[in-house]
Amino acid sequence: MTHTVPLLSYAIWVPIVAALLVLAAGGDRNAPVQRWLALAGSITGFVVTIPLYLNFRLDVAGMQFVELAPWIQQFNIHYHLGVDGISLLFLMLNSFITILVVISGWSVIENRVGQYLASFLVLSGLLNGVFSALDAVLFYVFFEATLIPMFIIIGVWGGPNRVYAALKFFLYTLAGSLLMLIALLYLYGKSGGSFAILDWHQLPLPLEAQKWLFFGFLLAFAVKVPMWPVHTWLPDAHTEAPTGGSVVLAAILLKLGAYGLIRFSLPILPDASRDLAWFMIALSLVAVVYIGLVALVQNDMKKLIAYSSISHMGFVTLGFFVFNALGLEGALVQMISHGFVSAAMFLCVGVMYDRMHTRMISDYGGVVNTMPKFAALMMLFAMANSGLPATSGFVGEFMVILGAMKANFWIAFAAATTLIFGAAYTLWLYKRVIFGAVANEHVAGLKDLNGREFLVLGLLAAAVLWMGVYPLPFTEVMHASVNELLRHVALPKI
Amino acid sequence: MGAAALAWIDKMITMKFLYLLVPLAPLAGAIVAGLAGRAIGRAGAHGVTILSVLVSFLASCVILADVLNGNTFNGSVYTWLTSGDTRLEIGFLIDRLSALMMVVVSFVSLMVHVYTIGYMAEDPGYQRFFSYISLFTFSMLMLVMANNFLQLFFGWEAVGLVSYLLIGFWYTRPSAIFANLKAFLVNRVGDFGFVLGIALILAHFGSLDYATVFGAAPAAAGQTIELFGGTPWLLLSVICICLFIGAMGKSAQFPLHVWLPDSMEGPTPISALIHAATMVTAGIFMVARMSPLFELSQTALSVVLAIGAITAVSMAFVAITQFDIKRVVAYSTLSQLGYMTAALGASAYSAGIFHLMTHAFFKAVLFLGAGSVIIALHHEQDMRRMGGLRRYLPITYLTVLVGALANAGLPPFAGFFSKDLILEAVHASATPGAAFAYWLLVAAVFAGGVYSFRLVFMAFHGKPRFDTAHPPHESPLVVTVPLVLLAIPSVGAGWLIGEVVFGGYFGSSIVQKFAGEYHGLWAFMAHGVTTLPFWLALGGASLAAYLYLLRPDLPKRIAIAFGPLYALVERKYGFDELYQWLFAGGARAIGTGLWKGGDERTIDGVMVNGSARLVGWISGVVRLAQSGLIYQYAFAMIFGVLAVMTWFVFLAPRT
Repeated sequence: MTHTVPLLSYAIWVPIVAALLVLAAGGDRNAPVQRWLALAGSITGFVVTIPLYLNFRLDVAGMQFVELAPWIQQFNIHYHLGVDGISLLFLMLNSFITILVVISGWSVIENRVGQYLASFLVLSGLLNGVFSALDAVLFYVFFEATLIPMFIIIGVWGGPNRVYAALKFFLYTLAGSLLMLIALLYLYGKSGGSFAILDWHQLPLPLEAQKWLFFGFLLAFAVKVPMWPVHTWLPDAHTEAPTGGSVVLAAILLKLGAYGLIRFSLPILPDASRDLAWFMIALSLVAVVYIGLVALVQNDMKKLIAYSSISHMGFVTLGFFVFNALGLEGALVQMISHGFVSAAMFLCVGVMYDRMHTRMISDYGGVVNTMPKFAALMMLFAMANSGLPATSGFVGEFMVILGAMKANFWIAFAAATTLIFGAAYTLWLYKRVIFGAVANEHVAGLKDLNGREFLVLGLLAAAVLWMGVYPLPFTEVMHASVNELLRHVALPKI
Repeated sequence: MGAAALAWIDKMITMKFLYLLVPLAPLAGAIVAGLAGRAIGRAGAHGVTILSVLVSFLASCVILADVLNGNTFNGSVYTWLTSGDTRLEIGFLIDRLSALMMVVVSFVSLMVHVYTIGYMAEDPGYQRFFSYISLFTFSMLMLVMANNFLQLFFGWEAVGLVSYLLIGFWYTRPSAIFANLKAFLVNRVGDFGFVLGIALILAHFGSLDYATVFGAAPAAAGQTIELFGGTPWLLLSVICICLFIGAMGKSAQFPLHVWLPDSMEGPTPISALIHAATMVTAGIFMVARMSPLFELSQTALSVVLAIGAITAVSMAFVAITQFDIKRVVAYSTLSQLGYMTAALGASAYSAGIFHLMTHAFFKAVLFLGAGSVIIALHHEQDMRRMGGLRRYLPITYLTVLVGALANAGLPPFAGFFSKDLILEAVHASATPGAAFAYWLLVAAVFAGGVYSFRLVFMAFHGKPRFDTAHPPHESPLVVTVPLVLLAIPSVGAGWLIGEVVFGGYFGSSIVQKFAGEYHGLWAFMAHGVTTLPFWLALGGASLAAYLYLLRPDLPKRIAIAFGPLYALVERKYGFDELYQWLFAGGARAIGTGLWKGGDERTIDGVMVNGSARLVGWISGVVRLAQSGLIYQYAFAMIFGVLAVMTWFVFLAPRT
């Protein structure tokens, strides 16, 4: 199914072109112009994704808005784009979050403003590329290219320990993606010289080969998710990244790994996926329980939220590998919701950090006394992070627990412990930072949210509540594609 | 289509509108008072929320009348989400059980709203408080009106949230923000079980709709699942016990009771509304609602009965040892909740709900009366510094006396009927463990007589133990009028026993297995005063009179004589300390161990930095490449990608 207007190309290139314009606007002398340009670019980038949703056909399981053009013809590489019910919402989420990132850095970032904003716009375009690429080379290029702006964001605007964090981030990811590259090459050879991901879905493969490929992909994707035990780069990357970097990292970049699992591992390697489901489920549950406990004892707010992210992403990988609609759609919902909630939590920490220049929980206490509006909004996000019903955080977790129970009681049992751990680490954090008497003169001098901060957090609050009260519009776009995927995964292709 | 049919359609539309109005009016009030609190001011905030709850109460009354005329409703409002063949809806079930609950909830809430005007008059968080209690009313109404487990859980968690916010209302007090976190987490332990129960229901019945599940349950009565290899468990027993764990959290049943006494850190109006009359009874309501499932599991009923009886007696004895007036009432609430739970375990669902209703009134009176004392004495809660208050606070005294009489279960006050009914039911029950439970409950009746009148005598009789130079004054009308309005049903609600319990009031809304021999109000009372529990309650009250009126020196000597035993009871059997050490401390210790030992030493120390050192050693050879300039690294990456692509494009096997 092709479309007359290349909406997906717009979604990719509008932010990138905007980035070039921002850079062309000169240095920090022209920072105000650059900010407005970046805002206009990010809003346009989001606006072009809206027709995708409005014109999306709910009854079609396959790719929609497909664009296909030869790229490197002699190697059969194509500029091949398309979205289905699995990827559609991630383009929208990414473009939406980009707007918030541009606004949230408005008055905080003062040096190299243009480069900062351009990095995020380029990143946004590349991420949309990852979510819509249907050619493996194109996917790989976008997938790897996202590292560059993120690397720069952490490396230039990051905290004092940014070199260690950036190196760790780099090493981990490099180690992971090399094996994926080998897997891609193998599939290229096996399929008789095709890089079309959808062709690979139909490719018969012996179980042994599937398992090797599965681990090849897994390492690349597990690092990105991140799954236990390859998660330790994330807390460091988050603590060193500037607020905007943490937001995009948590909200979107982490989704690449999970997206890769569902776009490559499950449909291309269904037999290996079924065979190794126990392994994936085990790792996911370790993430939920182990990481939940580790999150509890963190002293640094950003680290705590980073660990909470890992724990929540455990629900995503768990949902994928119970192989039913509730689990899979629950995992996708959890990814979207985590995009809102983790972004909001990192923005909340950013709001406090901008004022206090510390992330240590012990430096806070009684913030509610001086920042009541902020405290109210953060309460909502804390509750969403704890999975309270009527917030988006509940929907995905609940669906995954329901899906897991269909597989096995004890899987659901271990997963449901998040009700206790999630509430414990989030609300204990809230208690120590927000509640209580004013802890010191720095807290006493805090100013409540300004208009821009209120706008950003308010938009996220609206999204969190909407998705919690009425998640149907989010899940109904997934049905056709998810059902087709489940049908496909159930068929042996040995 | 005749005119009658048209009129019928017209009527249905109107009723549906009312169903929506009942929860949405308080929600609207909460939003206005919460978001525009500063703009509308104090009077605006209490005006809009009281009006919205009044609307809700009136609509509930109309609905109750309509339901009594035989019009029930079970339908969806909107589809929350679909996934696979699962369809989750938001919808209402309006039958006699929910209609009764709606009236009780909205009435008590209305009284508490009015009372709050007086109680919170000086508080800077006035608007916020009204917003919260209206939000609570919305949540509680959504809970009782649900026709499916999803919405039940939604309401369940929402009332928990508001309870959390209100316990920590005075957020600068360390004890308050400790108590609210504790309450939330202990409830989450219950919710953990509850969610598993709900998930089991969906996994085995394919639906979360009450009617569908109840319809399919009898066919699943013999179904088993294997939780531990080789041992089959009755599916419905597992489901019911999981659900009941949820009820144990919310209704503060032993051993998840520890949060309720601490919840008294919140302002007194919410102790009355949330932690006595309504929210804590949600667990009771839920089990009664699920009675078609519980009836199919003898094991689950035995668990319910035992937990209820243990809670009733153990908490009643703690109540005798406390001096904080609110804590006495809090432990009395725990004990009364134990009675309700025991009733459920004995399959006497209607008796449990009947006690829920009478208790809502008389416990609200006791709490609001305690609150009236507290404001009169400028936030003094220790009964050792009260005494003789009946001369200063006559209206408060009389209403608290009514509440105490009802709480102790003396005729003809409301609590007598419902409590006596429960004891009869447990006595006659065939649930395994009923005999054991009966004697525990009888012991609890005696203790109930003691603590109820200990409170009355210590606070209101004897000589004043406060500074009489500044005599306390009776509270304003906004406080005393709700007290009186709640005291009236605390006397009279019990007389509805004929209609509510024996008149087939509940019809098909809950399982009715309790067929006592009922020959009218007088016969019931005449029979009641011939049984042991009545004399024990009276004995308890007399003992309290002896100890606290005639020989006020004795209690201290008894406490000393029973040293360790008394200390154990006074310190609530040590559960707080045990949980703090075992769970809070244990989780932190394990978390620290996993963080330092797992993440930092093993994963980072050995695996990651080990490989980094390896890479570092190799790169020592190619140190020239390490310029330290980010853009060079970035470009190196791009070239790396290109090089790899070139490699596979030219060298990869092509077929």
